[in-house]
Order: sequence, then structure tokens, then C-alpha cells
Amino acid sequence: MSDTRRVRPFVFGLVLATLVVAFVGVQVWRDRVYGEPAPGDSVLYVRSGEALRRLSLSFSPLLADVYWVRAVQYYGGSRLSASTTRRYDLLYPLLDITTSLDPRFNIAYRFGSIFLAENYPGGAGRPDLAIALLEKGFRANPARWQYVQDIGFVYYWWMGDYRHAGEWFTKAADVPGAPWWLRSLAAVTLAQGGDRQSSRRLWQALRETADNDWLRNNANLRLAQLDALDGIDQLTMVVRDFTARSGTIPASWDALVRARLLRGIPLDPTGVPYVLDAGTGEVTVAVESHLNPLPVGSRADRPAR
Amino acid sequence: MVLLAVALSVFRESVRDRVFYNLLLFAVLLVGASVLVGQMTAGQDVKIIKDLGLSATSLFGLFIAVFVGIGLVWKEVERRSVYSLIAKPVRRQELVLGKYLGLALTLLVNVSIMAVVLYLLLAYMHWASPPELRSAWEAPATDPALLKVFLLLYVQLLLVTAIALFFSTFSSPMLAAALTFGFYVIGHFNADLKHFDAVVTSTPLVWLLRALYYLLPNLAPFDITAQVVHGQPVPTGYLLMTIAYAVVYIAFLLSAASYIFARRDLK
Repeated sequence: MSDTRRVRPFVFGLVLATLVVAFVGVQVWRDRVYGEPAPGDSVLYVRSGEALRRLSLSFSPLLADVYWVRAVQYYGGSRLSASTTRRYDLLYPLLDITTSLDPRFNIAYRFGSIFLAENYPGGAGRPDLAIALLEKGFRANPARWQYVQDIGFVYYWWMGDYRHAGEWFTKAADVPGAPWWLRSLAAVTLAQGGDRQSSRRLWQALRETADNDWLRNNANLRLAQLDALDGIDQLTMVVRDFTARSGTIPASWDALVRARLLRGIPLDPTGVPYVLDAGTGEVTVAVESHLNPLPVGSRADRPAR
Repeated sequence: MVLLAVALSVFRESVRDRVFYNLLLFAVLLVGASVLVGQMTAGQDVKIIKDLGLSATSLFGLFIAVFVGIGLVWKEVERRSVYSLIAKPVRRQELVLGKYLGLALTLLVNVSIMAVVLYLLLAYMHWASPPELRSAWEAPATDPALLKVFLLLYVQLLLVTAIALFFSTFSSPMLAAALTFGFYVIGHFNADLKHFDAVVTSTPLVWLLRALYYLLPNLAPFDITAQVVHGQPVPTGYLLMTIAYAVVYIAFLLSAASYIFARRDLK
């Protein structure tokens, strides 16, 4: 074989590699000069779950998985978005399609209702749609008392409607196989409304019945928020005590430590220091704390009677 | 003996035609997906791997059944090798049946290896998951009930192969492929035909559609993926009835295919 023949594949390979580097380089250059193409808005071309179920032939469970991944990514993308106007308008249609394609997709109902019910901007702020999704789940799976319990929970926590919450807990208790404590939870909800003690019982119940780590962690977070509210009540009393004694609002936690009213800088259940407003004496959790924002505004922030 | 020889030659040809390369794609798809889905699905990775593995088995099997199935008879005629075959003491019916059994063997090996790959991956996911996570699964990762899905999936592929072979005995490969895919799609919409009386008032039309419901292959009952993945029971009686339906339907298709091929003028 001549030298020219031996060299030819090497030269050819080199030319190809150079061309690859060249077209990648031109693309990088163009993106730098004119900016990278903006990602398009999420679009849902087919909104009917029933139509998709039929079109998917025998692949509906797999298509349900695809829509579930889309729903999780859409929720996560919107929630983590830096935009001041987060959008969740496709969340319900995505979850509706997922559960139409696979009516037994348990976690899509339970997670989905949390995503939908959570107050805006952390979630869609649509407890009505969360309830619609859970009702759909219960129609498809009449043995799943958890969905009925979750409806009661949405009424309780996100809507502050304790009468409806109690009614739904009773309905959940009536489902064969439901745990006995649902009936007492219903009674407590109807009698005591949304005080912090009954909120704590509800979240403990949800934690114990969680069939997934994410649900369990969410319940733990809510319980930690209730503990933080307890801590804020105690610290507020200490601040008021100091103000009454000294006639001024403490400028910082150090002032209370020096006055021997506190042993050290008070920390919330996640280990982040509480924040004291030196102007008003108001105590709250820090912005960077995982517990922020606290469920203030609903009656769940009331101490136990 | 003749049947076995023809069947083995079809199987060897499948190996030579690199039909089993799809197994490599299947394995890469599953392993790749298992790495990705864990990050994206909020704890639904085992369910999704099961769905993906079963759907991929069904889809790859469908393509093999259709595209290899339509060529079984056509290739022999096109290459004119059929003349040397029928000159031997091989009846045309034996040729059709042997070809069918050969592809059935190819599909069996294909589906079995896919089942093993899926079980291996699920066993790894079971091993890699902490006990509290496993307790939240609706069905165990290496659920033996998955074998029921593979069984019905395989039987469904046998039925699709019989449809492809039937059409290939009297039509061109393109037309046979289109008709087979058409029957596959209709087979999943079949149940609608039975309930047309809700939208159609004409009694003769309702009866005609109802007749079509019974005559066309009904493939929807072969799909039990959702039940098994969610840990729902599938009665053995249901499996046996569905398999019995397929056996009778395949017998009908193969008889018709053999009859048509036996009378076909190959000059």
C-alpha cells in the first residue's frame, strides 16, 4: 500500500473532525452574538385524556407515565422559576390526562392534589381542582379511603372549611377498610375547627398513612411549621415581657440573651435562627428557612384551645 | 419433521437477518431509562420501568411479527426459492405452518430474553432501594405476576403474526403490512363496535357492527399491563380464556392462509 493510501483515511478523519468543531463553533458563536433560543412555553396539544387513552392502543400505562413526568417537571419548573408570574394553568389538564390514561395511578391523585391545592406561588392555589382530581380518583378506585381523607384535608388546611372537612373525614371513615381514627378525627375537626392541636393530629395521621416518601416529608415539613408556630408564640411572649420591663422593643436576640430571658439565639426546627423585627417586635421564621412561608392566615396558626 | 426443519430454517434466517439486534436496543433503552426516570418521576421509577419494559417488548415484538411475518411467504416467492421447496416432498400447508412456527420460535426467544433483562433490572432496583421505599410499591419489583403479562403479550404477538402471514399469502408486502397494522389498531377499538347502538339508530347497522365485533380480532383483552403493574389480581380463568380465544383464532387464520397458499398459482 502506498503512503498516500495509508494517509488518506487519517486526513479524511481529520477533515470530518474539523468540520464538526467548525459547526459547533459557529453555533456557539451565533448563540453568543444573538442570544440562545428561548425555551418555548409548555403546550398541551391534546387535552382530552379519553381521546389519548383510545389513541394510545395498548400503550396507555406508558403514556400515563410520560404525562406524569410532564406534570412533575411542569410543577417543578414553575415552582423553581425565577419569574414573578409563575404559571400553573397546565397542571390540572396534565394530571387529568395522566389519571384518565391510568385511572389507578395512585400517586398522581395524591401528589397532584397537593400541587394543585398549595397556595400560589408555591402551588396552583386551586383547592377546587385538587378536590375534583381526588373525587375522580375515588370514583375510579372506590376502595381508596385515602382520597376521601385527602379531600377532607384540602377543605381543612387550604380552605379553612372545617364543617366540610369533618364531613369528608366521616365519609372516609365509612369506606370499608378505613382506619378507626378517621372517625375521631372527624369529630375533633367538627368540634374544634382548625386549632393547632387538631392540625397537628391531622398531619400526624397523614404522615402515618403516607404511602410515599414525598408525602411523608411533606407531612414532616407541616409538623415542623406547627412547631415553629409554637416557638414563635413563646418567643413573642418573651419579647413582650422584655418590652414591658424595659419600655423598648429589643433590637436583637442578643438583647434578650443579655437580659437572661433567652439562653442563646433561638433556632427554628430546621436550625435557622428566628427573625426578630426590631421595629414591631414581631417574630417570624427567616426567608431562607425551609419552613417559610408559615401557614399564617388560616386558622391553623391558632394555638390549641 | 418437515415442520421442524422449516421452522428452524426461519429461526436461523432471523438470526442471520440480525433480528435480535433489537434486544441490544431494548437493554440500552431500559438501562438508560432507569438512570433517568429516578430523577424525574417523584418515586415512580419501578412502575415506569415496568411500563416501559412491557411496552417496549410489545412494540418491538409487533414490528418483528409484522415485518418478518409479511416476508415469510413473499420472500420465497420473490426469490423463486419456493420452486425448489415445493419440488421436495413438502406440502404447501406444511411450508406455511413451518414458517409460522419458526417466527413463533423467534418471538419466543425475543420475548424471553426481554423478560430476563427486565427482571434483572427490576431485581437491581429492588436491591438498591431501602426497605421503607419498597413498602410503598403497589407490587413487588420482581413481581412473578409480570410473567402473566409476558405470556399474554406473546400470545397476542402470535395472533398478529398469524394475521400478517394470512395477508402475505395473497397480497403484496406493503399491503399486508398496512392491513396487519390496521387489524392491530381495530383490535384495540373493537369493544366500541359492540356498543354502537348508543349512537346509531339503524338496527341492521347495529347488528352488522356487532357481528364485526365478534369476527374481527379483539386484542384489548391481551393487555393486562396496568392491572399487574398496580398489583391487581388477574384470574387464571381469564388468562386461559384469552389464550383459548387466540388459539382458535390463530387456527382459523393459519387454515385460511394454508388453503389460499395451496391454491395459489406460483407461475
